[in-house]
This record gives sequence, structure tokens and C-alpha cells, in this order.
Amino acid sequence: MSNFPFLSVLTVAPLVGALVVAFLPRHRPELAKQVAFAWSLLVLVLSVVMWVSFKAGGDRFQFRESYSWIPNWGVSFTFAADGIALVMLMLIAVLVPLVILASWHDAESSKRSVPVYFALLLVLECTMIGVFAAADVFLFYVFFEVMLVPMYFLIGSYGGHQRQYAAVKFFLYSLVGGLFMLAAVIGLWVVGGKTFDWQALSQVDISTGTERWLFLGFFLAFAIKAPFFPFHTWLPDAGGAAPAGAAALLVGVLDKVGTFGILRYCLPLFPEASKWFAPWALALGVIGIVYAALLAVGQNDLKRLVSYTSIAHFGFIGVGIFAFTTQAGTGAVLYMLNHGLATGLLFLVVGMLISRRGSALISDFGGAGKLVPVLAGVLFFAGLASLALPGTAPFISEFLVLIGTFTVNKPVAVIATLGIILAAAYVLWMVQRTTQGTLNPALTEVDGMRRDLNLREKVVVAPLIALIVLLGFFPKPVTDVINPAVQATMDDIGRTDPAPSVGTVQEAAK
Amino acid sequence: MTELNLPSINYSAISPILIMLGTALLGVLVEALVPRRWRHVVQLTLALLAVLAALTMVVLNSDERIITAGQALAIDGPTLFLQGAILVLAAMALLLIGDRSVERGGAFVAQAAVTAESADDRRQAEGRNGLTEVYPLTTFAIGGMLIFVAANDLLTMFIALEVFSLPLYLLCALARRRRLLSQEAAMKYFLLGAYASAFFLFGVALIYGFTSGIPGRPAGVDFATIHAAVSESPASPVLLFAGMALLAIGLLFKAAAAPFHVWTPDVYQGAPTPVTGFMAACTKVAAFGALLRVFQVAFADASWDFTPVLGAVAVLTMLVGAVLAVTQTDIKRLLAYSSIANAGYLLVGVLAPSRDGLAGTMFYLVAYGFSVLAAFAVVTLVRDEDGEATHLSRWAGLGRRSPFFAALFTFILLAFAGIPLTSGFTSKFAIFGPALEGGQAWLVIAGVLTSMVLAFPYLRVVVMMWLSEPGESTPTVTVPGGLTSAALMIGVLATLVLGVAPAPLLDLAAGAAQFVR
Repeated sequence: MSNFPFLSVLTVAPLVGALVVAFLPRHRPELAKQVAFAWSLLVLVLSVVMWVSFKAGGDRFQFRESYSWIPNWGVSFTFAADGIALVMLMLIAVLVPLVILASWHDAESSKRSVPVYFALLLVLECTMIGVFAAADVFLFYVFFEVMLVPMYFLIGSYGGHQRQYAAVKFFLYSLVGGLFMLAAVIGLWVVGGKTFDWQALSQVDISTGTERWLFLGFFLAFAIKAPFFPFHTWLPDAGGAAPAGAAALLVGVLDKVGTFGILRYCLPLFPEASKWFAPWALALGVIGIVYAALLAVGQNDLKRLVSYTSIAHFGFIGVGIFAFTTQAGTGAVLYMLNHGLATGLLFLVVGMLISRRGSALISDFGGAGKLVPVLAGVLFFAGLASLALPGTAPFISEFLVLIGTFTVNKPVAVIATLGIILAAAYVLWMVQRTTQGTLNPALTEVDGMRRDLNLREKVVVAPLIALIVLLGFFPKPVTDVINPAVQATMDDIGRTDPAPSVGTVQEAAK
Repeated sequence: MTELNLPSINYSAISPILIMLGTALLGVLVEALVPRRWRHVVQLTLALLAVLAALTMVVLNSDERIITAGQALAIDGPTLFLQGAILVLAAMALLLIGDRSVERGGAFVAQAAVTAESADDRRQAEGRNGLTEVYPLTTFAIGGMLIFVAANDLLTMFIALEVFSLPLYLLCALARRRRLLSQEAAMKYFLLGAYASAFFLFGVALIYGFTSGIPGRPAGVDFATIHAAVSESPASPVLLFAGMALLAIGLLFKAAAAPFHVWTPDVYQGAPTPVTGFMAACTKVAAFGALLRVFQVAFADASWDFTPVLGAVAVLTMLVGAVLAVTQTDIKRLLAYSSIANAGYLLVGVLAPSRDGLAGTMFYLVAYGFSVLAAFAVVTLVRDEDGEATHLSRWAGLGRRSPFFAALFTFILLAFAGIPLTSGFTSKFAIFGPALEGGQAWLVIAGVLTSMVLAFPYLRVVVMMWLSEPGESTPTVTVPGGLTSAALMIGVLATLVLGVAPAPLLDLAAGAAQFVR
């Protein structure tokens, strides 16, 4: 089974599904939804098979495929996945069916074509899979840019308040980063001897000055995408305006392309420059953690609040990556997965709450738990996962990042720890103002608030809750896959973990 | 008395030129002899057949690498490639020019001499059939362009410049509606074009002076002589620099590069839209074909001297085009500024002195020509009872009214913005790669930065079409007849194919990218 071209099939399959869905008659929206959902389940099944056939201790890159595309420029359709990419592919495959299910009625309120909404979601899935599966820098860039188009229309056509502004801002920010990256991609192509193959490029020696410029080109694109402070301002707008399902994908997966890109492209291709810029990147990460958390505390819009929490979490991921230890790196990758699950859940639940109330403002809620207890419970759980409560999956990743960083850079680790406290503040305060406390009398007059979670919504949240708890207690299947890939990345930049300097038991006994 | 030696002429190699010019003459006869109601069909068929025949000859000649007609014409790889490009794009433009279903009677005025805005004028705008003289004019222009990219000495180049410019000045004046605007555009284009021609001619004279005095070689303006003179001439280099500068002004004017671009928005806006498309695609190919030949063949050894200056012009052109595009409210003017910015990108390609650079520039010209013709084809379709609705505010909600055409236009705009899987991206790559390799990193950075600026106006149109609600005055899209549909679909498909599978055309361009000297 390992010879099966998993990655190319996974990339193309959603696109085919999107075409099918797009051409379904507009007046049969139910059929479009069912086809889209079935199609995404198919992709999920295929991904699970791929996960099973991935050999955790095997080669760094597996499922490699290569087909010629533009031989004149040395461009080829090369796909390959390491452990990091595999985890992200799995996350996509899990999230998309749930998002489709959660968005079942989202497109109907917008007067726009319902089949097109689901077709766009599938196109987005195609580009997201492609960007993580590509092992050719050109191909990666193509997916990186094309990804913007379906997301742009999802936000712009189906979003809420200020959707045009948010969509344009999202597109322009990403495009600006992408164009800087394009300059760097061309530069890399020239110094790398006219090839785009990742493995060939990772062997190339680049002069120090050039390497730093190229690193900056890539890093800027990824920092905007992730987003790191101070390139983050587009995310609250986009996250706030996007329909909840699209927002879950935007923050849960799309933004991970930034951190994934740093791990896959910046570090191995430009190791010296990465080390040179690491203090700056760490500083951005730490500022992001504290600054975004403070802003999150002050938000009155639920979706914007969740967006800001994400920026804070991306600060953690950035710190984990640039600490250059295996523990922190593994923690960062695990965080990418767990954040996708936890924030994805949070966005979806918030979306359910908002669609019931017809408003995203926290001040319009209050005591909602008395009306919709199950929904409130799920929101509470998602919040706890988001603040990395022990027992939920994000705790492990945050903990790994912090101890991995502590061994090499104590000040950064200490300041980052502040983020945990602030996380508790913004999550708990948000939960308190929406679902706890005295019942807001206005809520009782809203029809939607009398309906608790229905079966469809329960089916959406249950797998995510289960995964968060499962990975919170037993992350080994995932860490086994991630560890070798992170180890290899650390080898690329020539960093080894510091030996534990705190004495062992025997030393202490002496 | 010295014997006059007639130069030998390879007639098959120059047959595309002869076919086009011959057809143009034939077209004039058709005007005189064929009954009015048949003229349109006869002229259009004739012109299309001629383009097809010329294209066939270009393909048959594709291995020709000679200089013929004395030193006047060079039929080499770039010539053939660019001639082929001009012919293909001209065929698309002819389809747009020949369409009479979108607007009753076609896009051209029925009687050019009628006073604009008079009662007669309104009557003719109502649907009398347009002039058929546009076909011979267009074929003359195509013929001139074919000579322009093949010209191997400056005088031939000058004559070709006039042969293709004069018909264009006339064509610009022939819009059926908004005739004052159209006439103003033609006047402006003509006056400024005449200045540019004069500059060019003055440059030729200075270069001629510069080439005199090389031992064993008569003075001349053919490119081999100029090339020799650049390294050997005892004359002052001031002559060379001044001559180069004046020649460049003449050529950059046609290419719509800043600061010689001011005519572009007015002319693009005022001219009948099919003619605008023809100019944006074919004139650009011709102008850059000549620029490439002049600077990479004749002045190749002076590249140290002209590269910084042309580089500055390129940066200025990109900046002016991109920044001013942001402020436009008329779709035709927006596309005009975008075309100026694209001239800047193409100049980056001209300054990449390698085979890859030449191939990339030629690839860019073809890719851009297809996209821009498709874009103007859509512009001809969006109309209300007063003709084309070109003001951007009128395009609000077009995606809701006519999703199909709005989707096509969106795709073309994404191509202009350089999104991957469109030809806009591959062609930018084809130019920036060799430029970076040639050490012109600053031009690439400028290109990337201006691309960001330029993305905004494109995106604004997309927002207009899709995300705005349709207003009362949102025009409908006329369902196009066969001719415009064909041109539009060819343009869109080419934009897609050159973005997804550019390898065949890149191969072709790479194989052709070698000038003979």
C-alpha cells in the first residue's frame, strides 16, 4: 500500500469533488451538502490509511512522488511528507468534514449560491493539502498563493459584518508576503542552480549575505501568514468576518502554513540565517504572546476574541520553533495540531452560539448556560482546552515548548509563562460573561436560544472533544511521528540539545 | 557610372510581410469595387485569411535564420516568434473588430466626417453599419508591425514605425460613440506620436554620424555597422549616447513607458475598445521586439552605459503605472495604467542580457497579449443603452447579474495580479528569474513591490463585481456573438494554459531566442 500515490490523490480528490459540487443544480442545496460531506469523508478515510502506512521510524520523507511539470525551470510536481506534514494533513482531513457539517446552514442566510460555498470549502481543502504535501518550492509557492482565492471568496461572499474590508485586507496582506517570498524563491532558484527540488536545495551552500536576504523573504511571508506580531492585524478582521466554519479552517489550518513553512523552508534551507535571526524571532513570539493575550481580554466580539487568542498561541509556536531544541520543536509542532483542534472547536462552538443569538457581541449574552446547557458546557471545555488545562492536548504542547525553551533561554520561557495566566483570564472571563451569571432577559426572547445542540452539532463537536482528551492523555502516536522530523530539522541547522545541566540523582546524593 | 547592385531578396522569408501589405492594398480595392452590403464580410474574411496565410508562412519559415533585402530585414528566431505572436494576437483583435452583434453595426463610426454630437451623429450611432475601411487600416498596421520586429537597420525600422502608427492614429478616431473623446484621443496620439517619430529620426541621424570614420567600413545605420562602431568608432561617445537616448525615446513612447506614457490612458479610453485591445497587445509586442533588437543587437556592447538609465525608466514606469492605477475609476483607464506597469516589467526583461531573458520577455509579450485582449473583450460586453459602461461604479454587482463573464474577468484580473496557475505568474517568473541571474536584483525588487501595489486596483474590481450589491444602474452583459466569444475564450484559455503548462511555449521561445547579427 505504501506505493499508492497518496499525496497527489489527496490533493486532487477534493478538487474533483469541488467541481462536482459546483455543478450541482443551485436549487438542490441539500444534495450539494451531502455530496460535499461524503467527499470530505472519503478524503478522511484515505488520510487515515496514509497515516497507518506511514513508518514512524522510517525515512524522513515518505510517499515521495515526482512528475515533470515545467522542465525549462526545473519545476516538477514533487510531493513528499515528513512527520510534521503528515500531522497537518491529518488535521485538515479531520477538520474539513466537521466544518462542512457545522456550516450546514451557514450559506443559506447569505442569499448566495449554497453549492458554491461547499465547492469553495473543497477547493480550499485541495490547496491546503497541496501546500503541506509539496516538496518542490515552486509547487509550494503555487499552493501558498492559490489558497488565498477560495478563502477570499468564502470571507467576502459569505462572511458577516465588514466582510468586504476583511476579505480585501486578508488577500492583500497575504499577497504582500507572498510576493516577498516570490522574490526570495527566484533568488533561491538562481543560487541553487535552477532547481526547485527541496532536497537538492537543502544541500546548496549560500553566502551569508544572500542567505539572510532569502531568509527574510521567506520569513516575512510566513510571519504574515502565521501571523506573528506585528503582522497580525489582518487576522482579527478576517476571523471576525468569516463564517464560523471558514474561520475555523483559517485559524486552524491556513495559519499553520506560516509556522510549517518556517520549519520546512526557513530552518533547513537557511540554517545560518535562522540562527542569526532567532533572537529577533523569539522576541516577536514573546511580544505576540503577551500583547495578543492582553488584547483578547479586551474584546467584546467573540470571533475577534478567538482570533486574538490564536495570535497569542502562534507566539508560543514561534518561540518553540526558534528555541532550537527538540523538545520545544516537538512541542511547537504538537501545538500546531492541538491548536487546530482546540481553536477549531472553539470557533465552531462560538459560531453555533452566534448563529443562535444573531450577534457576536459578548455583551449580548449572559447566563446563556441556563438556556443551552450542553452548548455552554462545550464552550467551557473548548475554552479550557484553549487555555491549555492539564488533561487537554494543548497542555502537553505548551508544556513541551516551555521546558524546551527554558533549557536554552530562561528569560523567554519565563515571560512566555505569563501567557498562560493571561490565557486563563481571557477564556474564563469570556465564558463567565456569555454563559454564566444572571440570565440576560433579552436572550429568552430569541427563538434560537431555546434550542440546545442538535444531533448534527453534537456529531461535529464530539470527535474534536474526544481527540483533545485522547491526545491530552496519550500523545505518543503523534509525538512518535513528529519527533524524528523535528530531530532531522534540528540536525539541518546543526543544533543539538543541551545536556541536562541539573544534576542527576547520583550527583545530588554525593 | 558604377553599376547598381540590386540586393538579393529571399521572398519566402519575407512573405508574411508581403501577404499583409498586399492584402491591405487589396482591401482598399475592395472598398472601391465591392457593393456596400458585402464589404464587411469580404473585408473581414480577407483580413483573417491573410493573417492565417502569413502565420502559415511564419511557421513554414521557422528554421530560417538570415538577413535579407540587403541589410534591411533580419528573419531570425526572435523575428519569427514575434511575428507569429503579432499575427495570432491580431487575429483575435480582428475578431473583436469584426463583431457586429454586440453593438448594432459594430464598434466603429458609420461616417467619420459627421460632426460629433450632431443629430446626424446620433442617427448614425443608432445602428448604421460601421466603416469597413478599418480592415485595410488594421492590415496595414499589422504589416508594419511585422516589418518593425524584423527591421535590421534604423531606417527600415523608422519606416515600419510610421507604417503601423499612421493607421493606428486613424483607427483611434473611429469610435461609434463618445466621438469627441475618440477624436481627442486620436489627435493626442498623433501629435505625441509625431514628436516621438521625430526624436527617433534625429537619433538615427546622430547614430549615422557616430558610425562614420571606422577604417574599412562605410557609415551606415544597419545594426552590424552600429555594433562595430560601438567598440571601434573614433567619434565622440556623446554622439552615441545622445543617439541612443533619442532612439530610446521614440521606442519607449510606443511601448508606453514612463515618462513617455501620458498618451496611454487617454488613447486607451477614447479609442474603440477593439482597437484598444489591438494596441495593448500587438503594439506592445512590436515595440518591445524593436527595443530588444536595438539594445541587444546594435548597442549590445554599450550595455554598461544604457542599463542604469533604462533600469531607472523601468522602475519609474512600474511605479507610475501601479500607483496611478490605484486611483482610476474607469476600467479602460485602469487597464491602460496596468499596461504601463507591464511595460515596466517587460523592460526588466529587456535588461536581462541572456538567452533566458530574451525568451522570457518574448513569453511575457505573448501571455500578456492574450490576457489583455480577453480583458478588453469583456469590456466591450458590459454595456447599457449608451454603449459601454466603463465607469467602475457601474460594474458593482456584475457577478450577480452575469456570473459567467464576471468569473472570466476575475480570472483575467487574477492573472494580471500574478496569482499562480495563470499566465501572469509564469510570465513574471520568466522575466524576474533571468533578471536576478543577470545581477539586476534591484529591478526585481521594484517589480515585486509594484506588483503588490498593482494588486489593489485589480482586487477592487473583483470586490466591485462580486461583493457589492448590484445597483439600479448596473448594466447587463450583452451575450456576445460568435466572433467576440471566440476571441474571449481564446484569450482566457491561453491565460490558463500558459499558466498551468507553459513548457511548450517556453521551449519555443527558448529555441527562438537568438538574434542574428
